[in-house]
Amino acid sequence: MSVQATNGVADDPTAPVTRMAPDGTLSTGYAPALPDQEILAAFRLMLLTRVYDTRAFSLQRQGRVGTLSTATGQEAAIVGSSWALEPARDWVVPQYREIAALLRQGVALERFLLYFMGNPVGNRIEEGVNAMPIQISLGSQVPHAVGLAWGLRLQGRDGVVLTYFGEGASSEGDVHEAMNLAGVRRAPVIFFLQNNGWAISTPVAKQSATRSFAARAAGYGFAGATVDGNDLLAVYDVTRQAVERALAGEGPTLIEAVTYRLGPHNTADDPTRYVDHDELERRRGLDPIERVRAFLRGRGLLTEEEEEALRSELTEQVERAVRAAESHPPARAEQLFDHVYANPFARFDAQRAALDAGEPV
Amino acid sequence: MAVMSMIEAIRDALAAEMARDERVILLGEDIGRNGGVFRATEGLQERFGEDRVVDMPVSEAVIAGSAVGLAASGMIPVPEIQFLGFGSQAFHQIEGQIARMRFRSQGRFGMPIVIRAPFGGNVRTPELHSDAHEAKYANSPGLKVVMPATAYDARGLLVEAIRDPDPVLFCEPLRGYRLAKDEVPAHEYTVPFGRARLVRKGTDIVVIAWSAAVHVAAEAAERAAAEGISVGVLDLRTLVPLDEQGIADAVAATGRALVVHEAPLTGGFGAEVVATIQENAFWSLQAPIARITAPDAPYPIASIEEYYIPSVDRVLDGIRRVVGEA
Repeated sequence: MSVQATNGVADDPTAPVTRMAPDGTLSTGYAPALPDQEILAAFRLMLLTRVYDTRAFSLQRQGRVGTLSTATGQEAAIVGSSWALEPARDWVVPQYREIAALLRQGVALERFLLYFMGNPVGNRIEEGVNAMPIQISLGSQVPHAVGLAWGLRLQGRDGVVLTYFGEGASSEGDVHEAMNLAGVRRAPVIFFLQNNGWAISTPVAKQSATRSFAARAAGYGFAGATVDGNDLLAVYDVTRQAVERALAGEGPTLIEAVTYRLGPHNTADDPTRYVDHDELERRRGLDPIERVRAFLRGRGLLTEEEEEALRSELTEQVERAVRAAESHPPARAEQLFDHVYANPFARFDAQRAALDAGEPV
Repeated sequence: MAVMSMIEAIRDALAAEMARDERVILLGEDIGRNGGVFRATEGLQERFGEDRVVDMPVSEAVIAGSAVGLAASGMIPVPEIQFLGFGSQAFHQIEGQIARMRFRSQGRFGMPIVIRAPFGGNVRTPELHSDAHEAKYANSPGLKVVMPATAYDARGLLVEAIRDPDPVLFCEPLRGYRLAKDEVPAHEYTVPFGRARLVRKGTDIVVIAWSAAVHVAAEAAERAAAEGISVGVLDLRTLVPLDEQGIADAVAATGRALVVHEAPLTGGFGAEVVATIQENAFWSLQAPIARITAPDAPYPIASIEEYYIPSVDRVLDGIRRVVGEA
């Protein structure tokens, strides 16, 4: 009941898979499955996420966007897992922190800003992009992911569904019910649990008495794996194996990515109330971006100058998205009624008409 | 035309829609080999296979929640919640997810889902099997709420619901499953949403009801007629959409109204009907509107349920009071 041992992945679902030490050196005898240029591209997406998060946080402080959550510290977990998907074939069903995975699926960066600036159209994912919208209700998307994966299989369509949630959301009944059904239906779904240590202020020890979230997979009759969530290559490898198993009809996989939330839960949260300063500093030393950077430097794939140029380019990319989102017309009151029903009816139409007629709102 | 029970009409509608559209998939507890605890799906698994009539784990939240994903993949799920009272264990998926996914995704993911759920009293079930929870679903924007009283309407409204691109809660009265028998055409037909049915014309008062309470209202009307009171009965058929015009017309024709439902008084959908009458037909009224409902108490055990849900006697008493207040 574990991911099969290939390329060094342990048979024990509770033993974390690692590929790269915090200083960027690879495990002995390990050769990355990803070509260098792909690792560089994944690093670029990690860095874009960090640049975006920093900018979005500052925009929130200026009152230009609403409440949002950043992915700081979790970039390797999110990018590494999404990199194992084939965007044209596979699906992402996110919680709300996984903007990088949605970008990789094909969602434009400005859409998130537009949404968090308060325009509902920002939440529309274009036809052809295989992703569902972000989900605010914790764990509620996990049953959706199972239904979607099962539906693809029933229709004979290739494709795997990867759904994100945290160790906190894993306490929700929906997650249990969804995993149970996925096991019964052998749905091609990957449950990607990011254990980032915190559910707002609640530490893991108060969330569950389990020592391993991945070990729960055995109870549902499918494979589980634990991975160092700050190790891009390990996350990619473990997710890739789960994708292959799902495509081969071998059913779901639960992956626990052990990572750490370096930022607040969201822009309204003040973690100094509950996070130990020294522990946070220690965790900052395990920053997943630093790790890939060290690897790329050591391999001669990214000089300091090149990284500086990259950072400028990404900053400009984020600024373009900010400008595009801010130049979008503001949300209108009529949007209250858009897309509520495909087939609306008299009472609903009358409420909309009252608004259109200029009655006070 | 053949006389059919409501359960047969529902089974016919499901079979016909599954044959017409291969995207239609049924999910529920005990619906496959057992044919449903009330036999609503009897024979359908043999006919359409285990992938289209799916026996689900005892998990209401994922019965509703997986329907979201199935719909997103392009299918038309028809999940059954074995009893509406168990729907509370799926309410967050129905209200928070199914009902608003089209809005949240700004039209990308429509949810053509029909949630079938039996409910209603006087059939001596254990606790939480009988509760009439329609009001909380009617207060969930994005969802439509359908409550047939007859076999004819059950079939026509269920076909309409399955073809509607919006999510529908389809409540089936336990008491009506076998007792409601009426003529159902052999040919395909639909009953549109939002059009109430005038069951009986009257000139003194109209009794407004839905689902199994329609039959209680009709019997009370019959008895009132023997006392010389002319009672109309209006079956709303669907709560969302609500036939505001049909309600206003029925009240205008009589000047008096009584609303009957099985749910408790406070916050029941009757309050919505009364407010609607007040807004649209106030000047037609000759007497205050009254409500006959369950009391503001939990649904009881079977030995005292006949005191809980509206009886013919209580409705008749209500009719007399409203007419006497003219």
